[in-house]
Amino acid sequence: MTLTPNLLVGVCLAYVAALFAIAFYAEGRARRGRPGLRGPLIYTLSLSVYCTAWTFYGAVGYAARSGLEFMTIYLGPTLVLIGWWTLLRKLVRVGRAERVTSIADMISSRFGKSAALGVIVTLLALVGTTPYIALQLQSVTASLAVFAGPEATEARSGALWIAAGLALFTILFGTRRLDVDERHEGIVSAIAVEAVVKLVALLAVGAYVVWGLNGGARAALEAIRVSPVADWTGGPGRWAGLILVSGAAIVCLPRMFHVLVVEAPEERDLATASWAFPLYLLAMCLFVVPIAVTGLRMLPGTNPDLFVLTLPLAGEREGLAMLAFLGGFSSATSMVIVAALALATMLSNHVVMPAWFALRGAGGATISGDVRAVALTARRLAIVAVLGLAWLYYRTTGGTAALASIGLIAFVGLAQVLPALVAALTWKGATRAGAAAGILSGFAIWAWVMLVPVFAGSLVPAGLLAQGPFGVGWLRPEAMFGLAGDPLVVALMLSLGLNATLLCLVSLLTRPTPMEMLQAPRFVDLPVAAPSRDGRAVGPGAQELLVATQRILGADEAQALFAAEARSQGRPGELPATTPALLDRLERRLAGSVGAATAHAMISGLGGGQAVGVEDLIAVADETAQVLETSARLEARTEELRRTTAELREANAALTRLGRQKDAFLGQVSHELRTPMTSIRAFSEILREGGHSEADRARFAGIILDESRRLTRLLDDLLDIGVLESGQVELALEEVTLASVIDRAVTAATSQVDTRLTVTRDPAAEGVALVTDPDRLAQVFINLVANAAKYCDAPAPDLTIRTATRPDGIVVDLIDNGSGIAPADRAVIFQKFARLGDPTAAGGAGLGLAICREVMGRLGGSIDYLAGQGGAAFRLRLPHATPAATELAAE
Amino acid sequence: MTDAPSGPEAGPGRVLLIEDEENIATAIRFVLGRAGWHVAAHHDGTTAPAAVARHAPDVVVLDVMLPGRSGFDVLQEVRRGPHADVPVLMLTAKGQAKDRDRAMALGATRFMTKPFSNAELAEAVRDLAGR
Repeated sequence: MTLTPNLLVGVCLAYVAALFAIAFYAEGRARRGRPGLRGPLIYTLSLSVYCTAWTFYGAVGYAARSGLEFMTIYLGPTLVLIGWWTLLRKLVRVGRAERVTSIADMISSRFGKSAALGVIVTLLALVGTTPYIALQLQSVTASLAVFAGPEATEARSGALWIAAGLALFTILFGTRRLDVDERHEGIVSAIAVEAVVKLVALLAVGAYVVWGLNGGARAALEAIRVSPVADWTGGPGRWAGLILVSGAAIVCLPRMFHVLVVEAPEERDLATASWAFPLYLLAMCLFVVPIAVTGLRMLPGTNPDLFVLTLPLAGEREGLAMLAFLGGFSSATSMVIVAALALATMLSNHVVMPAWFALRGAGGATISGDVRAVALTARRLAIVAVLGLAWLYYRTTGGTAALASIGLIAFVGLAQVLPALVAALTWKGATRAGAAAGILSGFAIWAWVMLVPVFAGSLVPAGLLAQGPFGVGWLRPEAMFGLAGDPLVVALMLSLGLNATLLCLVSLLTRPTPMEMLQAPRFVDLPVAAPSRDGRAVGPGAQELLVATQRILGADEAQALFAAEARSQGRPGELPATTPALLDRLERRLAGSVGAATAHAMISGLGGGQAVGVEDLIAVADETAQVLETSARLEARTEELRRTTAELREANAALTRLGRQKDAFLGQVSHELRTPMTSIRAFSEILREGGHSEADRARFAGIILDESRRLTRLLDDLLDIGVLESGQVELALEEVTLASVIDRAVTAATSQVDTRLTVTRDPAAEGVALVTDPDRLAQVFINLVANAAKYCDAPAPDLTIRTATRPDGIVVDLIDNGSGIAPADRAVIFQKFARLGDPTAAGGAGLGLAICREVMGRLGGSIDYLAGQGGAAFRLRLPHATPAATELAAE
Repeated sequence: MTDAPSGPEAGPGRVLLIEDEENIATAIRFVLGRAGWHVAAHHDGTTAPAAVARHAPDVVVLDVMLPGRSGFDVLQEVRRGPHADVPVLMLTAKGQAKDRDRAMALGATRFMTKPFSNAELAEAVRDLAGR
């Protein structure tokens, strides 16, 4: 069998396909509610994401270069798991209880749900982890290149495909749904399998090296004894520093926090892991020294980082080489997958979602749509972004020191979270400002002393580092504050020292916010027994549950519910024990009122002792939004109803007003008809009795005649206005001169009555011809002239008729020389029965001007009172021609 | 009854007629005058209460539709004035029940709708004066 790159790629693909299958299987089992593949063993194996390609390949290289110092990388986690057992257990318990989704969430949540701290830790994690992911991509391509030989370019472009494939895997199994508990059965199972593969691969290579190449354990040990690899190099300071850094890494690296805390299935599994994982690490480093020693002896001058691969290849053990390659591949991929998932969770929860909420908040309060969908999309995009960033980093720095040395540097960077994390769990006095000051200062020192020098000569001018910024010597990264010695130890001491000091000082100087005071005990004073819903009754909480339930269901219903529960538990008259069964029933009951997510958050928070997580709140917000939307719709409907009611009321008022107007009109008509009738009847009776003088008889008969005429006129007017108002007027249009119409009117108005009124006219102007209904127009003039004759109170009453012809029509003003109409009355003169004024002026039912207005409207013109003319004055406007087809719609 | 003799109880009484329609006023003056009444006529609503005070009539005949002030207003003021208990006969041409109700509520002694018979009017005035 010859190993071609193509075959290797094929095996890789098959391996990846197998991982997909395992992940699918595990997810399916979990979804069907089976106990799943979780358990102490899987948990322990999942912790092996600690062992990346850097450990798999790099430990041998480390040993080849620096002797036994590589052991510190394994010693740190071992000491933490065994020695820090109490704190670690507290961390896992708090993380589970508070449903922490990431290390950023942990820090943010503890310090009063500080958004800023969440962002800081997220950025720190991003800066520290992205190069590390790039390192994994490089290790895979470098190992591929071992097989591909000189034409390594092909292998190099493979990094992109690997990154894309890992992004796909992570998206598929990491963001399938938004779990409230952030557990990913598929991913954890695949990682566990990879953990086994890399351990088996390393052990197999080790066994081959010891027994195949060295001829037995004894010979191997002898070879080691004479080799410099077995030397203890470095001072105790460096050893302590390295152990501290790797110990911090086991909790502070985002991927480690994720598998250790976020994915932790049961707290007791940690007890198993605390001895099983050190054993795993021991097995992983068992053959590191023999491989390094043998590699140095057999393949001098080659890259010791690849001894794990090159030794089997040199021995023509290609199957073993393949296994070793898969082991390295597993180490790299498991790290990348978990790191990307953890980073994406942080990015979406602490950067993208808050920004999205802020933007939506600005756009208006009616949030709708699926917040979960947005959260998942954000997380998927974040995964792609993280892996894309790592790939970019790999492309720009691949093969340089910037990548090779990044492992330890990243460890130190992420260790900056450690002081805040420890304080979060142990010191209630630690404040948000203190945590921020500590992390930021440590981060800054680390970036300057460790990160920037990596880019010396490329991104950063070397002179800046050699002379210090602004020529300030004691600010040089190599000798910060004049401290010389092991750069790693100096950087570690400086950054972590300043970090912890500032954390303490600032915390002592600042006061915690109320939210921090609320959160602190939840992290520091965790009860010894883990909250469990496995069937045990949890004593306290029933009271709070009742209070909360009352608030939602109402006092009567809530008390009835609790009484029934207490009876069914055999403790009538008491509050029921908050058993899981009670909590479940209560949650379902409340869900009907406030929505499932809110109910779950409430019950979890009150009864189960578990905290409310970001996803809970998102779900609550989503539900609240729906409720808001519904209530907005209801409000709109209420508003519509209110408007309709108002319209109805208005219509009703209009009808009432019309009814009142009709009543008033009928009263007026009755009065106008009965008044002449009264005179006629009275004088008729008087005449019938007889015995009157001739003069009296003639006078009484004259009155009867006058009143009869008045009655007739009134009836005519009433009929006329009825017809005019109904719009059923037929106009007899013809072309006439204005003069002829006025002639007729003046004659008719003045001949009937004994009047002294003179009429002054303008014959030339009146010669204008117009198309109109002459009878109707004459009716208007008769009314106006008759009114002047009747009401003009001048000693020598005169009516002047002025005519003006304009392009848009004819204007006729009729002005008498009397005292005019009082301003207050001018508004009502055109209304029916608006008879004004003089008690002595008999007759004159108030319909005349109303009729004039109606007629002028029909003729296409208008009539208005003309103020400021001294006497009573009216202005008529007439069109040159009244349109024949005027649809005489009522006004 | 129009030719009823002026009995002692019908005696020479004084009637104040408040009516703006000239022809109606003429008719009423004629009818009541022939029955022996001294009839004073007044045309305006605004000054009507003062006229009542000045004339101190035995009976007031009061129209509702008056220029200036309505007969209702006049009645109300008369009932508050020095001749508060003078009998008042109200006349209206509107003929609506609510006018009658309002008049009686305001203290009219009797209410008649136009047109009326002369005999009824004369009898009503005599009745009111006899109270």
